[in-house]
Amino acid sequence: MFESKAGIFFIAGVGFFLLAFLGNGVVPMLMYKDRPEKSVEELVADNKRIMVQFRDLSERYPEQFKAAFGEPTEEKCAEALRLGRQIYIGEACWHCHSQFVRPVSNESLRYGPVSQSHEYDNELQRPVMFGTRRVGPDLSREGGRRGNDWHAVHFFQPSVVSNNSPMPEYPWFFDGSPDKPNRRGLAIMTYIQWLGSWLPEYPYYEELAEVTDE
Amino acid sequence: MTHTAAIPRDVPSHDELVDQKIVGAFFVAALTYLTISMLAGILMALQLVHWNPLRGVELFSPGRWRMVHTNAIAYGFLANAFLGALNWAVPRLTFHPVASKALNWFIFVAWQVIVLSTAIALVVGPSLQDQAWVMNLAREWKLPMSLGAQGLEWGETPFWIDPLALLGLALVAVNFMVPIAKSKGPMYVTLWYFMAAFVWTFLTYAMGNLLPEYTVGGTSAGAIGGLFIHDLVGLFVTPLGWGLMYYFVPILLKKPIWSHGLSLVGFWGLAFFYPLQGIHHFLYTPIPMFLQYGAVISTIAVELVVATVVINFFGTLAGRGSMFFTNLPIRYFYTGMVFYFITCFQCALQVTLTFQKLIHFTDWVVGHAHLVMFGVFSLWLFGIMIELFPRLLNRPWYSHKLLIYHYWFSSAGLFVMFGDLTLAGIFQGYYWASLQPWDVSTDGSQPFWITRVFAGLVMFAGMLCFIYDLWMTWRGVTPADWVEVTPIPKVSGN
Repeated sequence: MFESKAGIFFIAGVGFFLLAFLGNGVVPMLMYKDRPEKSVEELVADNKRIMVQFRDLSERYPEQFKAAFGEPTEEKCAEALRLGRQIYIGEACWHCHSQFVRPVSNESLRYGPVSQSHEYDNELQRPVMFGTRRVGPDLSREGGRRGNDWHAVHFFQPSVVSNNSPMPEYPWFFDGSPDKPNRRGLAIMTYIQWLGSWLPEYPYYEELAEVTDE
Repeated sequence: MTHTAAIPRDVPSHDELVDQKIVGAFFVAALTYLTISMLAGILMALQLVHWNPLRGVELFSPGRWRMVHTNAIAYGFLANAFLGALNWAVPRLTFHPVASKALNWFIFVAWQVIVLSTAIALVVGPSLQDQAWVMNLAREWKLPMSLGAQGLEWGETPFWIDPLALLGLALVAVNFMVPIAKSKGPMYVTLWYFMAAFVWTFLTYAMGNLLPEYTVGGTSAGAIGGLFIHDLVGLFVTPLGWGLMYYFVPILLKKPIWSHGLSLVGFWGLAFFYPLQGIHHFLYTPIPMFLQYGAVISTIAVELVVATVVINFFGTLAGRGSMFFTNLPIRYFYTGMVFYFITCFQCALQVTLTFQKLIHFTDWVVGHAHLVMFGVFSLWLFGIMIELFPRLLNRPWYSHKLLIYHYWFSSAGLFVMFGDLTLAGIFQGYYWASLQPWDVSTDGSQPFWITRVFAGLVMFAGMLCFIYDLWMTWRGVTPADWVEVTPIPKVSGN
């Protein structure tokens, strides 16, 4: 059996693979099977804060916003979030930024509440953006910490607002200057501002009255 | 080879068994992608130390090329080099040629199309992402992803390439399984590993590239993603690598493997324990804690298994130790094995929750990844290429000295990079935990990152030596410094 073709094919090859898949994959799937996955539209409808940020973008960059998304409606916000997440993946942001706060290493002091399973039950976390490396900080509580203008300048040239930052520049998110974010620029900023916006406190550190009163 | 006498007379000749051209073609493709991948790695390394000469150029964005770097290694370099070596080893072990030589060439072309379209999609995909037609396409087909990268590490291969890649893997499996199925008598260890690898690679690729994108979301997708990156190393790269070692090492040392029992323990231990560990990539995530404990324990268990394999190979070397110095492929193989042992020993430590607190998310992990992918499997494949190219081209290497440079630049450069990144990881972990501002950690990493750039350049210089040497050998230039330091075994019999 241990050296036969059938033994190796069926037991080691198929059998042990499936055993591991059951233990490591199917068990968590079954544990979470009753939790529905929210669509992006549902996320936007449940979350006034992201609309505040989206409208802020439309007021701050009116011409650019009009050309890219038209009016700041919920539907357009969902579109921007989808596009923003795809840019986050396509530009490999997730290879230098994580999206989970661990219960160790003082991370809850630096970033905010430790990540919980339910935070990932949505379309924008398929595939999940846990990340494996932090060259830059964790982003799962980044939304609302900084204004859209800060993010615009930061994407255009990170070292201007973040001293000695090794982050690459993304001038292709803009039509020439940081006050002219294009469709991609507006989308990635919407996505970043969404991160953590589902928590009771947003942003975690700075209480912005106009955001929470909305 | 000494075992020629035991082979029955009606066995087909080497030329009937092995399509030498395709072995060479796979090797050349592999080296091309390795060069591209190393350049991409250097670009990312230069970005981190603020020396990126291409800053602000969209199509050379370090992020996109970071994905090209890892994918070109997995699917461009390793897959091609393995396919070349398999095309040599499987027919010679089974005495049957591959199922179809035409299919073999189809696989070769298809696989290059897969790798090149992946690279192009990774680089160009994000630029097209804000086009209305791309968004519409995604919405109409309810695709959770773009035309470019998928959001899964090592599974970035765009969704529209996945079916083609799966077909390619299935064809590879069929093409090599047919000679294995036809072979009679007891199967040699190498074939255990190969057979299992063909099954595992297909299943792993299907699992990772389909489930987290289409059916499973959230935390469970994280568990599947961890399983995928883990299985890709453990069930695709590792078994093919060890299978080739079980083939080439006894042939070059001209003696059998020391202990068949240990070979059995090594194979079955790997098969059982390795796939169980996927979740150890995501410790302290919201994935249930009991599953994380399970992954940690089986990781420590596999370290014991690995030790038996390494002991077995050093037992085989016993009595022939001088060949480490006189035979370059053997030197590559055993250097790789030492690195393998370090990698796995490191695994057993870093997988514990105690270490994870500090080193998760840091450059420690990057160092570990380079140690296993370059220090082990790339060195092994270099050794195999150094052994096989003279046979494929029917002439000795142009320069032995350049090969020695390649060895030292590759192994020493890699070891410096590994040590440097491991240290960097410890520093980064403490910077973060001490709650200092973020830029303290990136500024504090600069000395390590600068060292890493130079280590990478040294490795690349080794690569250039190798490619130049191969080029001159291919052209048939008279050996510059040929001395009988490493007599290449004569091409005879099977």
